Amino acid sequence: MGNEAQPQDATASVDFQEVQQTERFTTLRKRHRSFVFPMAVAFLLWYFAYVLLADYAVGFMSIKVWGNINVGLILGLLQFVTTFGITAWYVSYSNRKLDPIAAEIRNEIEGHQFDKDGNVIRGAAK
Amino acid sequence: MNTNHISTVVPAVNVAALKDTTLLNMGIFALFVAVTMVIVFRASRNNKTAADYYAAGRSFTGSQNGTAIAGDYLSAASFLGITGAIAINGYDGFLYSIGFLVAWLVALLLVAELLRNTGKFTMADVLSFRLRQRPVRIAAALSTLAVCFFYLLAQMAGAGSLISLLLGISDWGGQALVIIVVGALMIMYVLIGGMKGTTWVQIIKAILLIAGAAVMTAWVLAIYGFNLSNLLGSAAEAANNPNVLNPGLQYGKTETSKLDFMSLGLALVLGTAALPHVLMRFYTVPTAKEARKSVVWSIWLIGLFYLFTLVLGYGAAALVGADTIKSAPGGVNSAAPLLAFHLGGPLLLGFISAVAFATILAVVAGLTITAAASFAHDIYANVISKGKADATTEVKVARRTVVVIGILAILGGIFANGQNVAFLVALAFAVAASANLPTIVYSLFWRKFTTQGAVWSMYGGLASAILLITFSPVVSGAKTSMIQGANFAFFPLSNPGIVSIPLAFLLGWLGTVLDKRREDPAKQAEMEVRSLTGIGAEKAVDH
Repeated sequence: MGNEAQPQDATASVDFQEVQQTERFTTLRKRHRSFVFPMAVAFLLWYFAYVLLADYAVGFMSIKVWGNINVGLILGLLQFVTTFGITAWYVSYSNRKLDPIAAEIRNEIEGHQFDKDGNVIRGAAK
Repeated sequence: MNTNHISTVVPAVNVAALKDTTLLNMGIFALFVAVTMVIVFRASRNNKTAADYYAAGRSFTGSQNGTAIAGDYLSAASFLGITGAIAINGYDGFLYSIGFLVAWLVALLLVAELLRNTGKFTMADVLSFRLRQRPVRIAAALSTLAVCFFYLLAQMAGAGSLISLLLGISDWGGQALVIIVVGALMIMYVLIGGMKGTTWVQIIKAILLIAGAAVMTAWVLAIYGFNLSNLLGSAAEAANNPNVLNPGLQYGKTETSKLDFMSLGLALVLGTAALPHVLMRFYTVPTAKEARKSVVWSIWLIGLFYLFTLVLGYGAAALVGADTIKSAPGGVNSAAPLLAFHLGGPLLLGFISAVAFATILAVVAGLTITAAASFAHDIYANVISKGKADATTEVKVARRTVVVIGILAILGGIFANGQNVAFLVALAFAVAASANLPTIVYSLFWRKFTTQGAVWSMYGGLASAILLITFSPVVSGAKTSMIQGANFAFFPLSNPGIVSIPLAFLLGWLGTVLDKRREDPAKQAEMEVRSLTGIGAEKAVDH
């Protein structure tokens, strides 16, 4: 059960307000928010545009493009494509821009070393 | 071969012949139960602490957890409900899949990692991090229990209608008996295996379900020369209605039904990231990075699966026919099993039915452990005994709660038997999106958010969603209502999301700006730093 109490012990002396003000943390927060907020707005707008079209523009959605495949089906499948695309983009963005800086801050405060997957490397603590 | 030729030789599926396969279905299902029971027993050996019981010792990898999330999420409503909806209503059924999938981006971008970094076992851990514990925990636990209850009802109701088709049990008493058996099995899984056992059941079930759907999809596509256009043409011809390929068949009838569809779309996309049993899964991995990997895995698996359902739905329409599906016992929900029977005979039907059963069992187990954790951890440990209960007592309370919830689910399932499955699930999404999502987003991203805002938003969202459902055509005043012969439906939409979700966001904002108390800025700083960096996050348990 010792592991249950460990996080509190390790960070009890940390002044989080001070960390929050550091340039490194504000950079991390800015990088995170400047990616996830616009992206969330974009995919929600695109999703609702699609729902509105399916709801109120049935004629347009029913136009056949190729054989029996119509605009509605293509736009629907494009929702899948954009979902997969945004997922892949976010993963590569976090790997490049967010994880290294988050690990740096964490490393400094907790005094551990981390491997590339964010796991504590045993024996490297303090 | 040309499509016209194929569609004219659709052999009727002999529904009566399905009864002959009952023994085989039961055999395959019994095999699944036996294998998973062994795994659950093995997994339970290491269940010592609360972190073991609720969060599987945080020992799963991202890919394992992602598969388990897919197993948790792809419920009977997805498999049976969406395939059936596409087979009967064509394109409008496909719209469900898109909402269910796109919703995962909310979880990926805004919720999963931050939640993993700040919480311990339940959703309330995150919401009460920098707010006052007691009121926020009680509200979050109540909404968790409400969402789990709706979702459980849907799964148990699905079990009833599935049984009528697969085991040829059509009388009420027989179905009730099977619901009791399903419920009892689920209680055993959760009691013995805890989160670890439940997770393994979900992983196995997800693999079987996705593999089964993949085989059927390839089979259907092969019949049409791997030409989607031919399949669609054949489905339209079998339905004798070219509009099955166009939106609007189900929801385009009136202005009210169009608005209802908007409401459903909103609830689906915002509900996923607020489902307590999905949120709890993020605690079973060791780090936020693994939580991210989980979501990525589940997005790929779930997206792939929904692409399969598109083919399966239109395949069932073309090869089985909407009329045969509607008149079969189990109705709309029988499209996928009937298609399996058409393609691979009794053996494939047996396999697909066993998978469908396993689906219900696994989802019900996931919901039960979430509800039990929420009661034991949030209400018992933190409110009733004010944090003084030791972990052993807490787990004991959780186990007892599992039994109580299991019995409630059995009773509710017997009562809700025959209700529309996909639809009940959509209501659970609406309740989750209204009661939970605004508070989750505000507390993660809005510095000034206060306890009063959280409480107003959660109770306001929960109460408005449930009241609007009560006074909607779902409960009274329509042919398909729960209460026949009464009419107190003054709210015209079947899904409350379009009103209750914006209302909950508004209440959260209003409650905060009107709150005279300010929350501790040090706690806010701690939560923000922890959520983004993972400092002090709960680690994996070493064994």
